[in-house]
Amino acid sequence: MFAKLEFPPIENLVEWPAIFFEDAAYEFNKIGLISVLAMVIPAFIFLIAGRDMVPRGVQNLAEMTVQFVERQVMMSAIGPDGRAFLPLLVSLFLFIFFGNIFEVIPTFHMPANARMANPLFLALLTWLVFIGAGLKHHGLGYIKASLFPPGVPKALYLLVTPIEALSTFLLRPFGLAVRLFANMLAGHILLVTFGVLSITVLKSGVLAVVFPLSFGMLVALTGFEIMVSFLQAYIFSLLAAVYIDSSLHPHH
Amino acid sequence: MSVLAMATEAIELAQDLTPDEAKANAAASGAGMAYGLAAIGPGIGIGYLVGQSVQAMARQPEAASQVQTTMFLGIAFTEALALIGFVVFILLKFV
Repeated sequence: MFAKLEFPPIENLVEWPAIFFEDAAYEFNKIGLISVLAMVIPAFIFLIAGRDMVPRGVQNLAEMTVQFVERQVMMSAIGPDGRAFLPLLVSLFLFIFFGNIFEVIPTFHMPANARMANPLFLALLTWLVFIGAGLKHHGLGYIKASLFPPGVPKALYLLVTPIEALSTFLLRPFGLAVRLFANMLAGHILLVTFGVLSITVLKSGVLAVVFPLSFGMLVALTGFEIMVSFLQAYIFSLLAAVYIDSSLHPHH
Repeated sequence: MSVLAMATEAIELAQDLTPDEAKANAAASGAGMAYGLAAIGPGIGIGYLVGQSVQAMARQPEAASQVQTTMFLGIAFTEALALIGFVVFILLKFV
């Protein structure tokens, strides 16, 4: 009934064979390659962008990116005094976006952020930055303000403080990492499922009549995943900005 | 085949499984259940959230960009619950 296809083991969804340095701690595989590319491509775009007063060509792209993050992320979440964090937010946005977009680029077809290591590292970085920003601007008052929010009856602190401690210092980085990881892995599995389904129905005789349906779905989902790649990068940097804002201005 | 007959057959099949296989089967069906249940709440939540945001944007188009930012934030928080369900699914199924 179904064509005999060699399916790779299910672990290959998230584990890739090493390209070189096998079994070493610094083993280099496809995810490593994509991560390096996600770092190099934006850096390259910003390097070849000119510094003219009247932007042309690539400079338009670079300025548009910075302006997007500045207006949609920094200004809407932190306000003008978040300008010190703009480089971090732009870097986060671009690294995550280029790491994600390799999900739909042929020959790669894998988002770098579908491995927990990448989102976890970015989330821990954000965690350090927003706690550091709070400590720098308010000293130990930041810890006090985030554990004992003002305007709460004294007795309720028994209940509020553990919840606040858990949600601010534990669930925030966890949520950031899991949100990015699970979104990208789910998208990857979705694309793999429809890709495998398309090949299988194409090679299984009379069932090939439903091939246009499954292939059309694959094309539509590819478009959807491009949107998700962008949206996740935007949401990650937006949440990082919101958390930094809650450290800078803890009382509202 | 009626539902009852199918259930009976499943129980009969389950009787000659080794404990490991039975555990793997339970994990697999639990995995599907975990994701399905975890998707209900966030599904309702995101629907309500986006619906209200669209209403707000339609009533006050000049506040659309502000509403949109808040909407994406809300979606991110609501969606996290469904995604944790998805991670539980992965953990049950493959680990």
